[in-house]
Amino acid sequence: MSLAVSNRKLLIKLLLGAVAMFAFAIFVLPPIYTLFCEITGLGGKTSSEYTAVDVRVDTSREVTVRFVASNNALMPWEFRPTMDKVVVHPGEPTEITYFARNTTSEDMVSQAIPSLVPNNVADYFHKTECFCFDNQPLAAGEQAELKLVFIVDPDLPASVNSMTLSYTLFDITDRTAFPVAQIK
Amino acid sequence: MAHGPATLADGWKAYISRWVFTTNHKDIGTLYLWFSFAMFILGGAFAMIIRAELFQPGMQLIKPEFFNQMTTMHGLVMVFGVIMPAFVGLANWMIPLMIGAPDMALPRMNNLSFWILPFAFAILTSTLFMEGGGPNFGWTFYAPLSTTYAPESVNFFIFAIHIMGASSIMGSINIIATVMNMRAPGMTYMKMPLFVWTWVITAFLLVAVMPVLAGAVTMMLMDINFGTSFFNAAGGGDPVLFQHVFWFFGHPEVYIIILPAFGVVSQIIPTFSRKPLFGYSSMVYATAAIAFLSFIVWAHHMFTVGMPIAGELYFMYATMLIAVPTGVKVFNWITTMYKGSLTFETPMLFSIAFVILFTFGGFTGLMLSIAAADMQYHDTYFVVAHFHYVMVAGAVFSGTAAIYYWLPKWCGKMYNETMGQVQFWVAFIGFNIAFMPQHFLGLAGMPRRYADYGLQFADWNMVSSVGAFIYGGAQIMLLFNVIMTIRKGKPVVEDKVWEGAEGLEWTVATPAPYHTFEKPPLYK
Repeated sequence: MSLAVSNRKLLIKLLLGAVAMFAFAIFVLPPIYTLFCEITGLGGKTSSEYTAVDVRVDTSREVTVRFVASNNALMPWEFRPTMDKVVVHPGEPTEITYFARNTTSEDMVSQAIPSLVPNNVADYFHKTECFCFDNQPLAAGEQAELKLVFIVDPDLPASVNSMTLSYTLFDITDRTAFPVAQIK
Repeated sequence: MAHGPATLADGWKAYISRWVFTTNHKDIGTLYLWFSFAMFILGGAFAMIIRAELFQPGMQLIKPEFFNQMTTMHGLVMVFGVIMPAFVGLANWMIPLMIGAPDMALPRMNNLSFWILPFAFAILTSTLFMEGGGPNFGWTFYAPLSTTYAPESVNFFIFAIHIMGASSIMGSINIIATVMNMRAPGMTYMKMPLFVWTWVITAFLLVAVMPVLAGAVTMMLMDINFGTSFFNAAGGGDPVLFQHVFWFFGHPEVYIIILPAFGVVSQIIPTFSRKPLFGYSSMVYATAAIAFLSFIVWAHHMFTVGMPIAGELYFMYATMLIAVPTGVKVFNWITTMYKGSLTFETPMLFSIAFVILFTFGGFTGLMLSIAAADMQYHDTYFVVAHFHYVMVAGAVFSGTAAIYYWLPKWCGKMYNETMGQVQFWVAFIGFNIAFMPQHFLGLAGMPRRYADYGLQFADWNMVSSVGAFIYGGAQIMLLFNVIMTIRKGKPVVEDKVWEGAEGLEWTVATPAPYHTFEKPPLYK
């Protein structure tokens, strides 16, 4: 094998290696990170729908759960929790609502993205019912009460006595066909 | 035109064409070195502005917004524009000479990898003149500061980083191909000079992590312009992910900066000790071990981010482990000098200063690696002092040593020894006056990256600024020494410029002819 050929072969191999590392950074690292956070409960992302298995309610403890709402910069809707905070006993299912109103003259679909602080206790916050599991279509000018039922896990570390749940509302109309049938 | 490179005597057009179209490894090495020195002046000017503003508490000279741009640009220019190109330049000049190759393996790619760099830095520097200013989010450009809250010019910054990354990757591939395919007969891997070894390992690190940096800035670009949410918590992303991706690049990057410096002093110390390097093979294995460890310790830069205790402990112990191979290297250098016939020419002075000051910086690194203590040290001037001890007294001192050491071989003229030694002492003293007090400031709680500080920090800041000006002056002396050597230096006739030097680069004529080793030498 001549020198020029072996140089070119090495060049191609190393370039492929560099491209692979680039792809690794963009396509592999973020999903691994998300998965790692899901497994360990780090990162403040709450998990998906939860079926209550444990019925014991720890009435000796009280945990304050605060609610926050914000809109993505491109989202014009009115969006807020109907109460700022609620005090619950761990293990007790609690229902609260968020209020949303489509302030525009167009039918839109939204998606709410949750985040919880302190972010290392996200695993102890269970949602049995949440508007965030689905997207939320609202016709022009329509408003809705969005329901959320949650349980704070009785195994919540004793050092934690309050947590804040935040939802950010995104406009996903472009990505979703407006489900006309769902409109009441 | 006669055979050989065009000179000014052939006219401006021919002379400029020579440098623009050159594929000669020595020409490209020279271009890299001069470019890196030009960037050194630029990055140094930014540093002088920072230290002038910090000379006294309160705001005197510049606005805080501009101060933030200065700290960011100083870091970016010094890391990507000075240290990395300087060592690539040395690699271009010396690796073919050291392994007996006629040129680099891929000479045209070599030309490309240099000539895209000036454009990258022109783009980066031009952001300072744009509306909203240049990058102001620190050289680590953490999201969301560099995405949601960044000035408009951030897109130019991202593009510049892409170009620098492409340049580094091409340069590294070239070095790997040269070393793997073009060694002279008889030059086995375990006979290669240590500078070649450290560079090959560095080149592999670069190929592995520069694409990760490109990935990080690409994700930033998409978050800013295309509505993705990699680093945006509101969209289901996570800004902490940015820190992980960045430091997955960033920690190997600090070894990319320091490993070639290890290689340089491993060439120089044996020469002026007139003894072969002690523990050659342990040096090679230690370098490889450091390179491997650099991939598994990144989160020690983010102890305060809210990691579980198990993570903090793992990253703390893994980081401390790096002290072992690094200690092997330091002891090998000391043992090389032990019972040697030492002389203290300028390159040797810089190399010994490197060993002392780098070790000092290594120790403060060990202090920072203690997760519990890092809660106090994090983002203070203690960190600033630490990384300037390893990067300036490490990489820049060894680069300066390399210039004095090989300059006679490059241009066939000897530098003025007295002026060289004066420059060394000014640099050494200025450096320590500038950065030693920053340890005290950091331990006392002065945070980094602020344009102003509390009155209790005033005295040491003034001392630090004075030292910084002295150290800046030492670089002007270096430039003066190099120019005076090229123009008026005493001609050197011996092939072997330094009597204690070993290696193929000292078997070619002085000054090194434009083409060398067209027939491979036999290396025993």
